[in-house]
Amino acid sequence: MKYVDEFRDRDLARTLAAAIAAAADPARDYNFMEFCGGHTHAIFRYGVQDLVPANVRFVHGPGCPVCILPARRLDDAIELAERHGVILCSYGDMLRVPGTGRRSLLKAKADGADIRMVYSTLDALDIARANPGREVVFLGIGFETTTPPSAAAIVQAQAEGIANFSVFCNHVLTPPAIRHILEAPEIDPSQAARLDGFLGPSHVSTIIGSRPYEFLAARYAKPVVIAGFEPLDVMQSVLMLIHQVNEGRVEVENQYTRVVTRDGNAKAQELVDGIFELRPSFEWRGLGSVPDSALAIRAEYAAFDAEKRFTLSEKRSRETKSCECPAILRGVKKPKDCKLFGKACTPETPMGACMVSSEGACAAYWTYRRMETLAEMAAE
Amino acid sequence: MCLAIPALVTALHDGAMASVSVGGIAKQVSVALLEQVAVGDYVLLHVGYALHRVSEEEARRTLAMMAEAGLLQAEVADMGATAKSAGVVHEIR
Ligand code: SF4
Repeated sequence: MKYVDEFRDRDLARTLAAAIAAAADPARDYNFMEFCGGHTHAIFRYGVQDLVPANVRFVHGPGCPVCILPARRLDDAIELAERHGVILCSYGDMLRVPGTGRRSLLKAKADGADIRMVYSTLDALDIARANPGREVVFLGIGFETTTPPSAAAIVQAQAEGIANFSVFCNHVLTPPAIRHILEAPEIDPSQAARLDGFLGPSHVSTIIGSRPYEFLAARYAKPVVIAGFEPLDVMQSVLMLIHQVNEGRVEVENQYTRVVTRDGNAKAQELVDGIFELRPSFEWRGLGSVPDSALAIRAEYAAFDAEKRFTLSEKRSRETKSCECPAILRGVKKPKDCKLFGKACTPETPMGACMVSSEGACAAYWTYRRMETLAEMAAE
Repeated sequence: MCLAIPALVTALHDGAMASVSVGGIAKQVSVALLEQVAVGDYVLLHVGYALHRVSEEEARRTLAMMAEAGLLQAEVADMGATAKSAGVVHEIR
């Protein structure tokens, strides 16, 4: 129990670890996908993998919004700033992600584009108010947790008549991405990660509730446990998943009842529904084109839609050659399978998004398992 | 970027705005996504918006966990404030 001393409640961590060891059937494997980057971070930070038996494995899913945004959309954002001369406002996480030719927003900024890091859409609105003569575009990325703030900003801009503000919308949805991963076996068996259950995301579920996962249990016979993001939450959720698997139950259970309800935040959902509609399909890095997996701004709000206000050119966008992010995001490869890991690609010189975001798998391995990973790579 | 941090609501303003305290650091945030909110509530704050009300107990454990994992300072720095994480945890206790 290498890391257990770092838990605040060590006794509980030990008890849970013992319960997991007792419950896990040595005759079988348990592969659980944690969808949310926050869980990936907790699992690494606290060495949860080392606290559970070797046949209980975590598969890191595509739940990092920075990691799954394909180069094309980033190239489009850079074009908005460079060719259309807008003030492009972005959350800090996106700034260093390499697009085609390894150009990032930060590089475009160094070359003179007006790119500003904001903490909130509230800041982007302030910038629009202060610069009435300029176009201000907010680069909207994120899952269901981060979408309501973008919707609220559009409502606010309309109410105040802020005519120079728009959103470049890249908001994506969790349940369709999980569905896509589960349907992958039918598409291409070699690509399918073998999965026995899911740790459902915490804060996303605060907004959407646990109900949207029920179809996964019903249709794909996969258990889901909505998990808080503290390490003890993750361990307790793993235990709940093991019990479901052992008993042949397939249910959506909620470990994070402290915060998540079945129905979620109705006010936020209504706001999002009013402003956004489903995109027929959206390109995800790693998953390719996923139907009904992202949001676009409704026609009534076209004035606030950067994709309608500005013409974006056709481009031949490319991900960095030999970056394995796509396979890692599908859960079929690990960072050690990328020959650039720790060599050409480090957090200082990222070649792919998974090394940039602190929620990305490559960054997590770099921070917490660098030596082991480099040793494994050398041995192979 | 998917993290939400607990904050204490200290005042309510027009336009669904509120003042909150994240460990003594005052911040103006939006409460437009909440059905009901009152001074003295703890909320989960994400990119400048309160997402959800939480109990004081939940707020306390989340803050302690974030401080321990070194996430708190990063979040607070992102908000454009400077704070010592220890101060944040103490204030809520
Ligand atoms: S190590 Fe770098 S190049 Fe390799 S998969 Fe990860 S992000 Fe891509």
